Amino acid sequence: MTDTALLSVRGVTKRYGAHIGCADVSFDLYPGEVMGIVGESGSGKSTLLNCMAGHLEPDAGAVVFDTAVDGPRDTLLMSEPERRMLSRTDWAFVHQHARDGLRMGVSAGGNVGERLMAVGARHYGDIRGSAIDWLGRVEINEARVDDRPTTFSGGMQQRLQIARNLVTGPRLVFMDEPTGGLDVSVQARLLDMIRSLVRDMGLSAIIVTHDLAVVRLLADRLMVMKSGHVVEAGLTDQVLDDPKHAYTQLLVSSILQV
Amino acid sequence: MFDLKDVSKTFTLHNQGAAVIEVLSEANMTVAPGECVALTGASGSGKSTLMRMLYGNYRAQSGVVSVAGVDLVQAAPREIIRLRREVLGYVSQFLRVVPRVPTLDVVAEPLLALGVPAEDARDQAATLLARLNIPKTLWDLSPTTFSGGEQQRVNIARGFIHPFPALLLDEPTASLDATNRNVVLELIADAKVRGTAIIGIFHDEAARDQVCDRQIDVTGFSPGCAA
Ligand SMILES: Nc1ncnc2c1ncn2[C@@H]1O[C@H](COP(=O)(O)OP(=O)(O)OP(=O)(O)O)[C@@H](O)[C@H]1O
Ligand SMILES: Nc1ncnc2c1ncn2[C@@H]1O[C@H](COP(=O)(O)OP(=O)(O)OP(=O)(O)O)[C@@H](O)[C@H]1O
Ligand SMILES: [Mg+2]
Ligand SMILES: [Mg+2]
Repeated sequence: MTDTALLSVRGVTKRYGAHIGCADVSFDLYPGEVMGIVGESGSGKSTLLNCMAGHLEPDAGAVVFDTAVDGPRDTLLMSEPERRMLSRTDWAFVHQHARDGLRMGVSAGGNVGERLMAVGARHYGDIRGSAIDWLGRVEINEARVDDRPTTFSGGMQQRLQIARNLVTGPRLVFMDEPTGGLDVSVQARLLDMIRSLVRDMGLSAIIVTHDLAVVRLLADRLMVMKSGHVVEAGLTDQVLDDPKHAYTQLLVSSILQV
Repeated sequence: MFDLKDVSKTFTLHNQGAAVIEVLSEANMTVAPGECVALTGASGSGKSTLMRMLYGNYRAQSGVVSVAGVDLVQAAPREIIRLRREVLGYVSQFLRVVPRVPTLDVVAEPLLALGVPAEDARDQAATLLARLNIPKTLWDLSPTTFSGGEQQRVNIARGFIHPFPALLLDEPTASLDATNRNVVLELIADAKVRGTAIIGIFHDEAARDQVCDRQIDVTGFSPGCAA
């Protein structure tokens, strides 16, 4: 077992004026682990995710990532170009709304290829080949490669967003409600796909969701948030089956069966 | 392989007036490789609770729950994840799977997680499903719509596909017909010969007597009875 955490989060705090977004969050994520973050609406899940992914600047704390080149580095102290490079190579971010993570005016193949070009790929044939390969992996027919995502269903758009994000072989994927807004059968298919990709590519992932069934199936570990604070954390099945904190007990008991 | 020392377990129900349920206190037990031990005791005495603690699913208040040298009470999540992947198998009473995944892949999954090549893993899954008399026509379907007995056999196949050195079985023969029950008892006997340490809950007394070397009455661990 490796002893270096892929991501070490220490004391991350973000305030919106006097209002707390998230407060004093710390944890370590190891390679290959999938962590879920659950909690009621407004509990600070997206705030925390965006602070970790470099989209928001926290007021305090450290987000240390084990970079491929230089080993562990605090991403909050990196220069903007360094952090941008990280988010194109080692990191990926899957938005709840596919349109926030896709370029809607560009073809499906272009959406995937663009990510490769951003990290230096130049050979057109190779780029198109990878794009088609990735469309296949997320079960989008090759015949749709030149179509724009506006012509895709919500589930297909979400799968395209995942392909666009994973084509560069990231090591850490942030996901904010990746199955939100999709109907249940489409969700199941997406969950299965995410799970296989995580296992086959050895990815680590942090998944924000309000759906405990999603977390049960995808996440090894779970963090429960309330009013910006982490109230309980542990193995997913420990937290769901033997919740210690009053809020977690309420959350679990208000769901019929997960 | 399994070693419990002075283990206590209480549940505090915060949303029901902070009621405290004391289930186990000062539980001690040891199970060696190659041994199969049955947990017995009346309904509500804590058999399932103890088994869940042995899997690291429920957390003990105090004491040591050691499995293959890892103390589940103190271990970090990733140590428990590794233990479950490599060492500690668990056949629960109910199958819980991602909808849409074919049965063959559900059964192969523990091997895939260990890095066994997909084709090899699926071959082994097929062999085990055939042995458990799951019709081949069902292998490509998700088990979510299967009958209770079929789901249970899929669950058993998942638990036996990797030769886990430590195995927990919750009612492995309940709701199975005589033929399939015998297959499961054979699988248990084979695992014992391989040196697997097994702890099981069996309401089926004949099955218990056939495969178990010892019984531990969990009633002895209830708070009033602590020695
Ligand atoms: N840009 C902002 N300015 C002011 N307050 C904000 C801002 N973004 C979020 N907040 C507040 O911070 C708190 C946490 O919001 P956040 O979006 O992180 O919640 P969440 O857990 O992701 O909720 P949901 O499940 O509804 O997406 C909320 O009370 C929210 O109103
Ligand atoms: N997650 C939980 N939260 C609260 N109380 C629980 C929980 N799990 C078990 N208990 C309580 O612990 C006690 C022992 O239950 P357990 O399920 O271990 O009994 P058992 O011996 O397996 O019974 P049976 O033979 O009926 O399955 C019961 O009083 C039960 O209500
Ligand atoms: Mg949010
Ligand atoms: Mg029970």
